[in-house]
Amino acid sequence: MEKIPADWKEREGFSRRWWKWRTLGQVCEQKPARGLGLTLQVTASLSLLFLAQLSLRTVNSSRSAYACFLFAPLFFQQYQAATPGQDPLRCKILMKSFLSVFRSLAILEKTVEKCCISLNVRSSRLVVQLYCKYGVRKTHNLSFQDCESLQAVFDPAVCPHVLCAPARVLGEAVLPFPPALAEVTLGIGRGHRIILRSYQEEADSTIKAMVTEMSIGGEDFQQLQAQEGVAITFCLKEFRGLLSFAESANLSLSIYFDGPGRPAIFAIKDSLLDGHFVLATLSEPDPHPQDLRAPELQQPAPQLQAHSTPHLDDFALDDIDSYMIAMETTVGSEGSRTLPSTSLSPGFQPHCSPGSHSEEEDDTEPSTVPGTPPPKKFRSLFFGSILAPAHSPQGPSPVLAEDSEGEG
Amino acid sequence: MKFRAKLVDAACLNNFTRVSNMIAKLAKTCTLRISPDKLNFILSDKVANGGENFFSEFQMEGVSAENNAIYLELTSENLSRALKTAQNARVLKIKLTNKHFPCLTVSIELLSVSSSSRVVTHDIPVKVIPRKLWKDLQEPTVPDADVSIYLPVLKTMKSIVEKMKNISNHLIIEANLNGELNLKIETELVCVTTHFKDLGNPPLASENASQDRSSEQMAEVHIDIRKLLQFLAGQQVNPTKATCNIVKNKIVHFDLLHEDVSLQYFIPALS
Repeated sequence: MEKIPADWKEREGFSRRWWKWRTLGQVCEQKPARGLGLTLQVTASLSLLFLAQLSLRTVNSSRSAYACFLFAPLFFQQYQAATPGQDPLRCKILMKSFLSVFRSLAILEKTVEKCCISLNVRSSRLVVQLYCKYGVRKTHNLSFQDCESLQAVFDPAVCPHVLCAPARVLGEAVLPFPPALAEVTLGIGRGHRIILRSYQEEADSTIKAMVTEMSIGGEDFQQLQAQEGVAITFCLKEFRGLLSFAESANLSLSIYFDGPGRPAIFAIKDSLLDGHFVLATLSEPDPHPQDLRAPELQQPAPQLQAHSTPHLDDFALDDIDSYMIAMETTVGSEGSRTLPSTSLSPGFQPHCSPGSHSEEEDDTEPSTVPGTPPPKKFRSLFFGSILAPAHSPQGPSPVLAEDSEGEG
Repeated sequence: MKFRAKLVDAACLNNFTRVSNMIAKLAKTCTLRISPDKLNFILSDKVANGGENFFSEFQMEGVSAENNAIYLELTSENLSRALKTAQNARVLKIKLTNKHFPCLTVSIELLSVSSSSRVVTHDIPVKVIPRKLWKDLQEPTVPDADVSIYLPVLKTMKSIVEKMKNISNHLIIEANLNGELNLKIETELVCVTTHFKDLGNPPLASENASQDRSSEQMAEVHIDIRKLLQFLAGQQVNPTKATCNIVKNKIVHFDLLHEDVSLQYFIPALS
């Protein structure tokens, strides 16, 4: 089942990387005669690949984002797979090195006619050969290391909530958000509207940032299976990577999610490839006495609901939102409403868990004094390292059970 | 204190966005003065205005009956960023809200191909400026100009000033009542002057002052070229009317009119 999973180190490379693969594949589809294709060759002395499928995987250093792309053999012009019965081959390569081969997409499209990727186990090199115009052949020898299988344990089928929309719709949805924004909250508001809202860490209350919220009707979505009020917060930057790829390939993007703290799965699929991004989501803090206020200020969901009904015509009815602002002499009126700690865990500090080598994802939360806000943390994900390789279970594996939220 | 306004006209929306972009280019922070009949953007040393004609609905209630105005301070980039999403807007609403802290909420309903509507909401944090600081933000009194002249095409002026900036930061603007305007740079090594002719002069407010001055005589002021460039860089569209008023050795005042929006820009002389 494992092909060449690679433990890519840099997450920024995601979108660039996949885009390139896709473009190469596309040209292969459209003009097979021109033959920009990929040939995977394995020399005779290698252990051959188990399944006729190439998979590329990567995870970021804090283990809060994971990506996996599976390429069907048809993606390639020629694909020589392993003979069954042999151990699948795994190697890992530095993302930077691999990306440097495919650096400029424009130049690639113009000059490269064929690309051959092969594995030279003897010298521990992944050989990428670009056959370019005018007889130029560029050969890149990238050293690789053997590695254990990088297998995130996740199963979309287990997630109770699903959203599916053309990538274009989601692309338009994230357009109003500033490019530098790190996290975004996605949720379902009243009237089955999908709400996206910029998420700000409450760390520094003196710096007040602009909050942007986008509300889209459920009709724009191909699939909407989620209750009102449910919301998750995840890294927008990672999401943008997959989104731009999906938009360029004109695919639909499905989002499978559960609740805050549980990983969210973003999937794209077409006949030639299968991509999954699994991102960690912010977990909820323990309820605090001061959080038990007017509900519309506490949970993200009701906050989302407050905006979910578009104030379409009757302008005068907008009174609900406007408050008298106490000025100058700010006596304790509404102006000095306590800054609520967001109902989501205050911040996106990835909790680097060493758990990737154990089955139980032991999120050892530092013990805190009850009543204090939980430390910034993220649920670290899901990684099992499946040490016994050869016959990793096919099909849905149970989602790694994480410790529940209680911190004592 | 209350404020809400609504924009439905695409042209007005464009104008408003343009003003906001111009403000964002001029200054990092700006002050919004909301009065019963107009909206002013105030930047230190410069003042830009917007009128009520922009808005199809405009309601405000100031701090008190005698002081029926609201002064808000905000980061100009936030507003221009919020308005960027308003390019395909059906309706734009602005109102003053309190969401944990005072905000100017810009709510944009987008034109959508599908049946469902899409709404984008931006909450721009603002600081309400207390009454005691209002006096610092009044429109400056414009002293009588020695010379008043219409400006040449701003784009031309901008490209010239940009090149001059490479030579020196000290620019001399001079003009006379004969429709002539000169931009001068003087250094030890080189002297560059650009002459604009036949620009035309608007009728001067105070005719007395002009009696003493022959129409050939130039009134000049020395300014920091970067301030002029900053002003010119923010102008993307040619205004309906552009006037330059020079008070000899004191100040140069640019008065632009873009349809409903008037922009006043003051550059003091270098000491």
